[in-house]
Amino acid sequence: MDYIPLSYGDVAIASLLVVVNGLLSLALDLGLERRLAVASARMVVQLVLVGMVLTTLFALVSPWWTVLTALVMVAFAGREVMARQERALKGWWAYGLGTATMLLAAGVVTTLALTTQIRPDPWYDPRYLIPLLGMILGNTMNGISLGLNTLATAAVRERAAIEARLALGGTRWQAFGPMLRQALRSGLMPIVNTMSATGLVSLPGMMTGQILGGVAPQEAVKYQILILFLIAGGTGFGVLAAVLGGVARLTDERHRLRLDRLGPLRKG
Amino acid sequence: MPPLTFPPFSATTTVMPLLTIRNLPVRGLATAVSLDLEAGGCVAVMGPSGAGKSLFLRAVADLDPAPGDVRLSGEPREGMAAPRWRRLVTYVASDAGWWAERVGDHVAASPETTGLLEAVRLDAGALDWPVARLSNGERQRLALVRALVQRPRVLLLDEPTSALDPAATAAVEAVLAQRLADGGGLLLVTHDPSQADRLARRTLTIGGGAWTISP
Repeated sequence: MDYIPLSYGDVAIASLLVVVNGLLSLALDLGLERRLAVASARMVVQLVLVGMVLTTLFALVSPWWTVLTALVMVAFAGREVMARQERALKGWWAYGLGTATMLLAAGVVTTLALTTQIRPDPWYDPRYLIPLLGMILGNTMNGISLGLNTLATAAVRERAAIEARLALGGTRWQAFGPMLRQALRSGLMPIVNTMSATGLVSLPGMMTGQILGGVAPQEAVKYQILILFLIAGGTGFGVLAAVLGGVARLTDERHRLRLDRLGPLRKG
Repeated sequence: MPPLTFPPFSATTTVMPLLTIRNLPVRGLATAVSLDLEAGGCVAVMGPSGAGKSLFLRAVADLDPAPGDVRLSGEPREGMAAPRWRRLVTYVASDAGWWAERVGDHVAASPETTGLLEAVRLDAGALDWPVARLSNGERQRLALVRALVQRPRVLLLDEPTSALDPAATAAVEAVLAQRLADGGGLLLVTHDPSQADRLARRTLTIGGGAWTISP
C-alpha cells in the first residue's frame, strides 16, 4: 500500500478555506460565521476522538469492545432518527422504533457482509466491522427517518381518507396502503438516487479514500459496489420494518387510526 | 339466535333489536349512552354543533376506542373482527375522505351501483370522474352510494344531505326509506327537524353534556 501521509500543517492550510467561508459570511451578512466555526470545531474534535477510539479498538480486537462501540453508534443514530421527525411517536416508541429497526437492518447486513464476503479474521475485526457498520448505519438512518417522517405526516394529512376506508370495513393495512407505499418510496429514494449518480456525478468518499490510500482503482470499485449493495439492502430492510412498525403503532388491534399516539408538530 | 347475557333495555321488548347499545361512553357526555335500534328503525341524532353527535356515531362504528357493550342482533362487536363490524355497521362522515383519484377506484361498477347512482340523481358515468372535480353535494351522495353497495345492516350517517338541494335531498331520503323498509337500521345525525320527522320514529338529543331519547 502506497499513500502520501499528511502533516498537521497540510490540514491547517485546508482549514483556511473554511476561514474564507466565514469571511464571506461576514461580508455578505449571512450570519453563518459562528455556526461555521462551531461546526468545524465539532468536526475536528469528533474526528480526532474517533481516531483515538478506533486506534484503541483496532489494537484491542476485542469482541466486547467492538459490540459496545457498535451499540453506541446505533444508539446515536436512533436519537438522530427521532430528532428528524416533524411528528414523532409518543413515549419510547419515538426512539425505540427507529433504533430497533436500524439495529436489525444494519446488524443483519453488516454481519452478512463480514461473514460471507469480506471474511476478516476474526470476523468481528473492528478495522472492518466499525467502518462498514458506520456507512450502512448512516444510510439506513437517512432512509428510516425519511420513511417514518413521510408516514406520520401523511397519516395526519390523509386522516379522512384513512378513516373512510376503515369505516367501510378496510383493514388498517388497506387503509394505510397509499401512505405506506409513499413512505417506503421516500425512504428508498436517496439510495436509489445515490446508486444512479455514483460514478457519473460523484465519486463515493469511501472509494476515493481507498484510492488516495494506495488501493488500485479496480479493487476500490469492487469494494464500493459491495458497500452500495449492502447499503441498499440494509436501507430496504430497515425502512420496511420501520414503516410497518409505524403503521402498527398508528393503528390498534381493532383497526382504528390512533393519531393520539403521535406527538405535536415540531417547528423548524 | 345467541342468548342475551344482559337484561333487555325495555321490559316490554320481545323482539331482539337490530342494534343494541349499552353504556357507551362518548367524549363530552356525562353519562354513557344506551339505546336500542330495531330492524327498519331510524333514530335521529340531534343537538347543537360540537355536542358529540359525530363522536357518538364514531364510537358505535368502533372508530374511536369506547368500552361500551354494542351488539348487532345480539352478537357483541368485540366478538367479531373490526373490519367485519364496520362492513355491517357503517359510518359515513359528513365530509368523507377519498383515497384514490378516480371515483371508480372507491366503488366497483355493478348494476346495483348504477341503480343507486341514478336513485340519488347522479350520472351513471360518475364512476369515471376524478374525485377532484366533484362538488360537495356529489361527494356526499357518492360517499353514501359507496357505503350502500356493501349492504350494511346499520347505517350511521352524519349529516348526509347537508350539501344537497331539495330534490337531491328527497332522492337520498327515498333511498334511505327503502333501506329501512328492507329491514336496515339507521342512526341519522341531522340538523333538520323535518328530515328527522320524515325518516325517524325517535330522536336522540345530545347537548350540554347530556343525552335524552324521545319518545
